Amino acid sequence: MSILIDENTKVIVQGFTGDKATFHATEMIQYGTNVVGGVTPGKGGMKHLERPVFDTVRQAVESTGAEASLAFVPPPFAADALMEAAEAGLKLVCIITDGIPTQDMMRVKRYLLRYPKETRTLIVGPNCAGIISAGRAMLGIMPGHIYKRGHVGIVSRSGTLGYEAAAQMTALGIGVSTSVGIGGDPINGSSFLDHMALFERDPDTHAVVMIGEIGGPQEAEAAQWIKANMSKPVIGYVAGLTAPKGRRMGHAGAIISAEGDTAGEKAEIMKSYGLFVAPSASELGSTVAQALATL
Amino acid sequence: MDIHEYQAKELLAQRGVPVPRGKVVYTPAEAAQAAIELGGELWAVKAQIHAGGRGKAGGVRLCKTPHEVSKVAEALLGTTLVTHQTGPEGKIVERLYIEAAEPFEREIYLGFVLDRKTQRIRIIASAQGGMEIEDIVKTHPEAVLQIEVEPAIGLLAFQARELAFGLGGLTLKQVQKFVTLTLGCYRTFRDLDASMTEINPLVVTREGQLIALDSKMSFDDNALFRHPELHEMHDPAQEDPREAQAHLHGLNYVGLAGDIGCIINGAGLAMATMDMIKYAGGEPANFLDVGGGASPERVAEAFRLVLSDPNVKAILVNIFAGINRCDWVAQGVVQAARELKVPLVVRLAGTNVEAGQKIIQESGLPIISADTLAEAAERAVAAAHGKTA
Repeated sequence: MSILIDENTKVIVQGFTGDKATFHATEMIQYGTNVVGGVTPGKGGMKHLERPVFDTVRQAVESTGAEASLAFVPPPFAADALMEAAEAGLKLVCIITDGIPTQDMMRVKRYLLRYPKETRTLIVGPNCAGIISAGRAMLGIMPGHIYKRGHVGIVSRSGTLGYEAAAQMTALGIGVSTSVGIGGDPINGSSFLDHMALFERDPDTHAVVMIGEIGGPQEAEAAQWIKANMSKPVIGYVAGLTAPKGRRMGHAGAIISAEGDTAGEKAEIMKSYGLFVAPSASELGSTVAQALATL
Repeated sequence: MDIHEYQAKELLAQRGVPVPRGKVVYTPAEAAQAAIELGGELWAVKAQIHAGGRGKAGGVRLCKTPHEVSKVAEALLGTTLVTHQTGPEGKIVERLYIEAAEPFEREIYLGFVLDRKTQRIRIIASAQGGMEIEDIVKTHPEAVLQIEVEPAIGLLAFQARELAFGLGGLTLKQVQKFVTLTLGCYRTFRDLDASMTEINPLVVTREGQLIALDSKMSFDDNALFRHPELHEMHDPAQEDPREAQAHLHGLNYVGLAGDIGCIINGAGLAMATMDMIKYAGGEPANFLDVGGGASPERVAEAFRLVLSDPNVKAILVNIFAGINRCDWVAQGVVQAARELKVPLVVRLAGTNVEAGQKIIQESGLPIISADTLAEAAERAVAAAHGKTA
């Protein structure tokens, strides 16, 4: 088991024929992902990577039965692609694109509210590394070989810090059920909390790592939810202890703006809600090992 | 992207927000001329910098004659203004805004922000205008009114009216003016993809008019592609030159006070690596995210940028490649390392790591390699302190 995707999940790639999409779709197929086709408006009817290309997401879903999509769409068209995927009934869309205007994401999130919660598309990203269910399927741009199949879930805002956690765990013989990158933008498709709830319900996940950053209310909200609802141990880490106040550190999301927003404050909040907090990024793996030892 | 006060007012005025009459000037002579053309008996000379707190720092002065305007302009132009928002290095004053000053009776605060929590535009108003909103929230939380805008509908007149009545003390005519002004500000914010708009103070003049006396505006960099009209408002003189240079090459750079230069992919890993350096007893000289798709050219540019800081005593490259490839990065590192005068620690992991490490090893250069994040940080700190770890 895993969350979100496995080897049976039928996947399409939006922006399929682009260079980056082609490179990463090839990697995904090699990893074992069930890529059933892709969408590039105007190239419908073509074959790409031995799979059919469609003009619209709706056509792709109707003829392949796709449930999930990986979107590699340039920023000006990304919001439209996400809403198209939602309307076509995809369960899951993972969007890698970096640089989507914030108001566009606001519109996308508002648009999704037209669907009842049970059938609403779950968006992962944007500005993220994607999703990988170790040894089963990959919907993203991560180096698949660093993940060992196992029972620890990872949710991370940063892609590369998620890799770091997985590599340290692999070195200690600890495997991953699913790793999700929720992205560094101010408005995410889905939050730490959304994925925590999925991991809590997944019998194959025994513990979860949550990797946050300075800025935004998400880590504190998730920590509070974890305390009240989660039976599995959660290991927390927040990057940016040395980030100077009021400076922007790359991710638009990583803006220190209000109280409870700094890395130090968030780590304290996590501790107060009973999470295992890794004191530094090089101790992610060892802190997971400690948490697993309590089971 | 931030813009100047006079530019923000121009954008607001285009959408029906009343602003004082003013002229932007670059010389003392232009300043005096502007005062004469604007007419009246009192002028405000306002330093145009991308930061708040100008008044307290002496960047806003009232003058009674065009001669005085030119004297004040002479004193301000070319100086560096340090306010609580500029940092100790301050911001250079190259432009002044000369406004016809009008006596007013009341100051109101009006702000627009993108709220990450509710994922909506939030409007904040307070009867305690002229103060910093952070201070108002602390000292008079009850005096801060807030509304959220439903993105599919936009700001509604009744919402603005609720704010106006909540502020109190406005005549019915002024309430209507407040509604028009707030809707104009909202349209400016929404149509131009602003990330922050602040009217502080919004004043009620002795004649009962509502005027945006000061204004700050920032825009979502990700949306600038669809607003070419904003590009010409960009003022590079207000930015840190290294940050501006980084921006040109698709890099994200923030200069800091330490001596270990950092070149890292991903903002999260960059921050975590900086934390590790501190943990190991060192101080990072910068934040630098090379981003995805780091070509050898981009890596070389990253080295140039980091080395332009004279305090750098060692460089730490930490790349965990997903969308990047270690062999590309390694090529860039080797190119840059040939002319390097400070120790270099490199940690590569992820996609094509073996090929990357091979390029580094076969270069024959004195590059210190590290396998883990902890090793990389410790070795960089030791190298900066002139030791080997």
